[in-house]
Amino acid sequence: MSVLIFWATQVMPGDVAQMIVGQFATEEQVRAVRAKLRLDDPIHVQYLRWAGALLRGDLGLSLMMDRPIAPLIREAIVRSAVLAGISIVLVAAVGIWLGVFTGVRKDSKADHAVSVGMYFFISVPEFFWAIVVILVFAGYLGWLPATGYAPLSDGFWTWLKHIILPVSTLVTGLVAHIARLTRSSMIETMQSQYVTAARAKGLPERIVIRRHALRNALVPTITVLAIDVGLLMGGIVVVETVFSYPGLGRMLIFAIEQKDIPVVQAGILAVTAVYALANLAADLAYAYFNPRIRYGNAVAG
Amino acid sequence: MRWLARLPLSLLAGGGVFALIAFAALLGPAIAPYPYDGIDIMARFLPPGPAHWFGTDEFGRDVLSRLLHGARLSLLMGIGATAVSLLVGVPLGLAAGYYGGRVDESIMRLVDLLISVPPILMGILILSMTPPNPWKTAIAVGFIYVPIMVRLTRGVTLEIVAEEFVLAARARGERPWYILGAEILPNAWPPIIVESALRVTFAIMLGAALSFLGLGVHPPASDWGLMIAEARPFIVEAPWVAIAPGIVLCITVIAVNLVGDGLREVLDPRLKRGRR
Repeated sequence: MSVLIFWATQVMPGDVAQMIVGQFATEEQVRAVRAKLRLDDPIHVQYLRWAGALLRGDLGLSLMMDRPIAPLIREAIVRSAVLAGISIVLVAAVGIWLGVFTGVRKDSKADHAVSVGMYFFISVPEFFWAIVVILVFAGYLGWLPATGYAPLSDGFWTWLKHIILPVSTLVTGLVAHIARLTRSSMIETMQSQYVTAARAKGLPERIVIRRHALRNALVPTITVLAIDVGLLMGGIVVVETVFSYPGLGRMLIFAIEQKDIPVVQAGILAVTAVYALANLAADLAYAYFNPRIRYGNAVAG
Repeated sequence: MRWLARLPLSLLAGGGVFALIAFAALLGPAIAPYPYDGIDIMARFLPPGPAHWFGTDEFGRDVLSRLLHGARLSLLMGIGATAVSLLVGVPLGLAAGYYGGRVDESIMRLVDLLISVPPILMGILILSMTPPNPWKTAIAVGFIYVPIMVRLTRGVTLEIVAEEFVLAARARGERPWYILGAEILPNAWPPIIVESALRVTFAIMLGAALSFLGLGVHPPASDWGLMIAEARPFIVEAPWVAIAPGIVLCITVIAVNLVGDGLREVLDPRLKRGRR
């Protein structure tokens, strides 16, 4: 895994540098700016200059705003991270709880009701969900602001009000995803011999579930949670755009519309780095929950 | 007709609904009550009624007609993208699994690289470089799912290569492409088909999301994602313009999901023995 990250981050900027080539063919208006930014140099020279600056922590200037990108990105990342952090914690907590709840009560009425609900939620695209919650909670009920962002310094309630709709939009599909997965792995685990053994010892069901079943049932869930971080980042791009939330995703879309290539490069690089870190975190968590792979070849895969 | 009754309910229900939508999409222009880009300023924002079943939008265009028109693009996106990922991913996966060694190593490293970028970003990256066009969106979305297809096919191939009939074919001196095509591929299909169904839903959703962000088809043409995006400014005054494509999108995705679940039940022998 560590090899993968190293390799991916090494090659990734190459892809982005190639983007400039495509840009050359379509954009006429940047010609003047191009000379100034020395964009007419051969690709590999540009790439080396860019990568060199990157290593020094310099992301370059935004073509449109003529400001250094690094602080812009940092601000945006913090806002997006707040959104993503709250969401992923909620997804894990609610999703796993629902999964265990239904998995333990397999084929009960509650299980069927929740499962059908999950099936529906998994099929609703985020951007449509966003429109629906805006319509209901901002349009008809008027309880919450439809779009925008308020910093925490404006007061906790104002901040919370602005963040409820984006977070709930991000969370619904993923909660359904995690709940379904946890449910099926929980059902499988509850049929295993060690659970029967734990029950035979006369342990209360609560402890059997929590201490014996859950720990093993969570292994696949954790792997998928990492994949969901990737989905979440895609969702964030959409959700930030719909709710006009000034995070990394909206900045990226905005930069693309404005053909502000350095910002696009930096944004994509930032997202990819976070994604790689999330995968690394998932691998570590996986090893923590599954002692079998802790020893042996931790480098493989 | 008895074989029909033995199929799982989810496959029948999902397949039926999907067939209906696909049929409507194919016949779209013929059965649409109005032209999809027919502007009628007098009939702006009409709520759903007998003349316009799903109402009209800000230019007085009939929402139902636009839905039918958009259905072609949205379905094309889903099916076309999946076809692209199959066409590229399956041969690569077969090669990686069969030849192993350096071939495997180089293909899988490429796959690792592609997988390290989140899907929607990959789409944005590809689509923002060049002018939009529905086919290009389909190809881009398909390209995003190539790594998943490669991984899956490779895994299945590795399992099958170890079987005796492959060894027998090798012993007969068959050429590699014959072994791949006639011995391995037919046995590798079931999981690939199940995965493909799943990919269709993801591709429809991703394609719609990209269109929604303004990176897919361009007005006045429309797919469901773009229709929802265009309806945003007047969502409170005329919610039906956004709700109609959204609901159709959800129904389509649910239908294809059901088909995927049904196919899995039919094709995956492990599931058949185990849980039911």
